[in-house]
Amino acid sequence: MPQDHIVRAYDEELKYLSRRVAAMGGQAERLVDRAVTALVKSDMRLAAEVIKDDAVLDDAQRDIDEKAIVLIARRQPLADDLREIIGAIRISADLERVGDLGKNLAKRVAPVSEVRQPVSLFRGLQGLSELALTQLKDVLDIYATRAIGRIALTRDRDGEIDAMYTSLFRELLTYMMEDPRNISPCTHLLFCAKNIERIGDHATNIVETIHYMVTGEVMPPEREKTDTSHKVVAEVPARS
Amino acid sequence: METPAGKGDSGIAGWLADRMPANGLMFVVAIVAIVLAAVLGTPAGVVVGVFLVAAAAIVPTSRRREKAQIAARALEKTSLGGLSPQNLAEAVGDPLVIFDRQGATVHANAAARKAFGDLPAGMSLLLKFRAPELQDLIQSVLTGQAGEKAVDYVERVPLERVYRVVGASVGEQTGLFLLTFRDQSEARRVDRMRADFIANASHELRTPLASISGFIETLRGPARNDAKARDQFLQIMQDQTARMARLIDDLLSLSRLEMKALPPAGRPVDLQAVVEAVLDALTPLARESGVEVKRDFGHERMQVAGDRDELFQVFENLLENACKYGQSGGRLIVSIRPSASVPGEAEVAVTDFGPGIPAEHIPRITERFYRVDVETSRSRKGTGLGLAIVKHILTRHHSRLSIRSEPGKGATFTAHLPTVRRRN
Ligand SMILES: Nc1ncnc2c1ncn2[C@@H]1O[C@H](COP(=O)(O)OP(=O)(O)OP(=O)(O)O)[C@@H](O)[C@H]1O
Ligand SMILES: [Mg+2]
Repeated sequence: MPQDHIVRAYDEELKYLSRRVAAMGGQAERLVDRAVTALVKSDMRLAAEVIKDDAVLDDAQRDIDEKAIVLIARRQPLADDLREIIGAIRISADLERVGDLGKNLAKRVAPVSEVRQPVSLFRGLQGLSELALTQLKDVLDIYATRAIGRIALTRDRDGEIDAMYTSLFRELLTYMMEDPRNISPCTHLLFCAKNIERIGDHATNIVETIHYMVTGEVMPPEREKTDTSHKVVAEVPARS
Repeated sequence: METPAGKGDSGIAGWLADRMPANGLMFVVAIVAIVLAAVLGTPAGVVVGVFLVAAAAIVPTSRRREKAQIAARALEKTSLGGLSPQNLAEAVGDPLVIFDRQGATVHANAAARKAFGDLPAGMSLLLKFRAPELQDLIQSVLTGQAGEKAVDYVERVPLERVYRVVGASVGEQTGLFLLTFRDQSEARRVDRMRADFIANASHELRTPLASISGFIETLRGPARNDAKARDQFLQIMQDQTARMARLIDDLLSLSRLEMKALPPAGRPVDLQAVVEAVLDALTPLARESGVEVKRDFGHERMQVAGDRDELFQVFENLLENACKYGQSGGRLIVSIRPSASVPGEAEVAVTDFGPGIPAEHIPRITERFYRVDVETSRSRKGTGLGLAIVKHILTRHHSRLSIRSEPGKGATFTAHLPTVRRRN
């Protein structure tokens, strides 16, 4: 049955694409994790490795783009399949940015290590990156299972990441005001925190892409928050 | 991996293929053998495993099973006096995933679902296990290079876990493959715990030690003959040593928690019963702080899977904080109710009417040693580890903590816990 054979080959190409995206996701997760470890432990060797490994993500993105374009050109996919392919292109672009941000973190390891930093700062940075990494993991798990019911959780975490970033920002400012010698390393740390926060943003983009892939619709904007209190883990309905 | 027995002896193979029960038995035995080999990790286990797999391999499966679902059905049919491979897989304590030639899940046992979340039949393992070393492992098992492979896999978030993962094919003709995960977190964490403990403890013990040594100096010098000052200083020193002792206890308890594997599924724990027990235990503290506790428990009794003692610690810490820091409000509300937004989730909330927590501190107060106001916390005998312990325990229970507060009006700490259906 040649018809059947063609369909199967096409299916296989689509599957290859999603596997490639997932593998790229795994590499991005690992890269960010190692970059943060290098930062917290002032490990220059690890940082150098991370900087080198970013190329793997660039290659992955190029490969996914090429395969996707060939698929579109040859198979002229419609509806679901087309969304799947477009989704792969978009997600891999976000993951490539995550890799860049991780690389940027690694590049700051040397200047940050010049001055001894307070322990609490690193705990904060670690907390922030744990949130961002959990976000990335959850998002990629949703990509694997297509369980878009879990999207609400990732949205809540988005708010936590912002709150944590704001808190770290303030802490860093106080150190800079205390002692001008802190300004240079703290500025680097500020950028590190910003980079980690942006990794969370890319995870959120990916969630939106997955929502679009699965439903064909753009994700509705987040409902307005009714109060100004911050959430550590998730939102609770207000009660009196 | 060719074995003499497997070299296409169609006579024997045909004879065996006619005997489905035998085929099933072989298959079951093969799985057991591989699991045993993986779990025991002994050379003998591996040898036995490989031998039995080879034995199972001489039974060719008549059809090629392309689809995971078909394979799953086939698995169901195979039985050993009512013992299906699924039952067997479920009974294995380590996570175990059976998958097909396409890398799609055929069956994931309870331990695997617990450790990695839902792994529905048909889902590609390569999408779920994204770590580069696992990708390599799965690929190489699928392409059938050599018999058995093992890698170490570290999962960092939400909890650090270290697994020794073994991949193998289930015979050569079944078209099925197996991943088993042996949790090695404990061994790895013991090392880390040592380093962490020293770092944390030395940092936090320095302050009380410095103060004690300061007082000793004063006692030997200027205050040598001042009886009144001596008494006062000795009292302070005693307080400081008590604080250090508490700190060490808390640190040990946190480290021990981090070392322990996930809590066993165990018996369901009744939330209301635990909270009542905590309230009983804290009656003296509540009276001493002059706060009145109001219970707001719904009609529905809710149960969660987990460790009762650990959950006790969660509510104890939250209520203790509410008494200590929310004292000025004069009252607390403890409520237990089903979540309005997430089905199957219970919410235990502790609300106080004290000073509350400034917004910028909320994201950070679950960090170790993080205190909003170091002096107040110290004067209340706080070590800054309570909420870190709470967060850790909740994470272990697939649960979350949320905090909301309006400065000046109080704070609400809510634990969100997945409930289990009550068995009647
Ligand atoms: N209900 C509350 N109201 C206001 N502040 C709170 C409340 N609960 C906790 N906090 C703040 O959060 C900080 C951390 O609390 P946590 O329970 O982790 O430590 P602790 O109470 O200082 O010490 P420990 O519980 O280890 O004895 C406290 O020091 C306090 O500043
Ligand atoms: Mg406390």
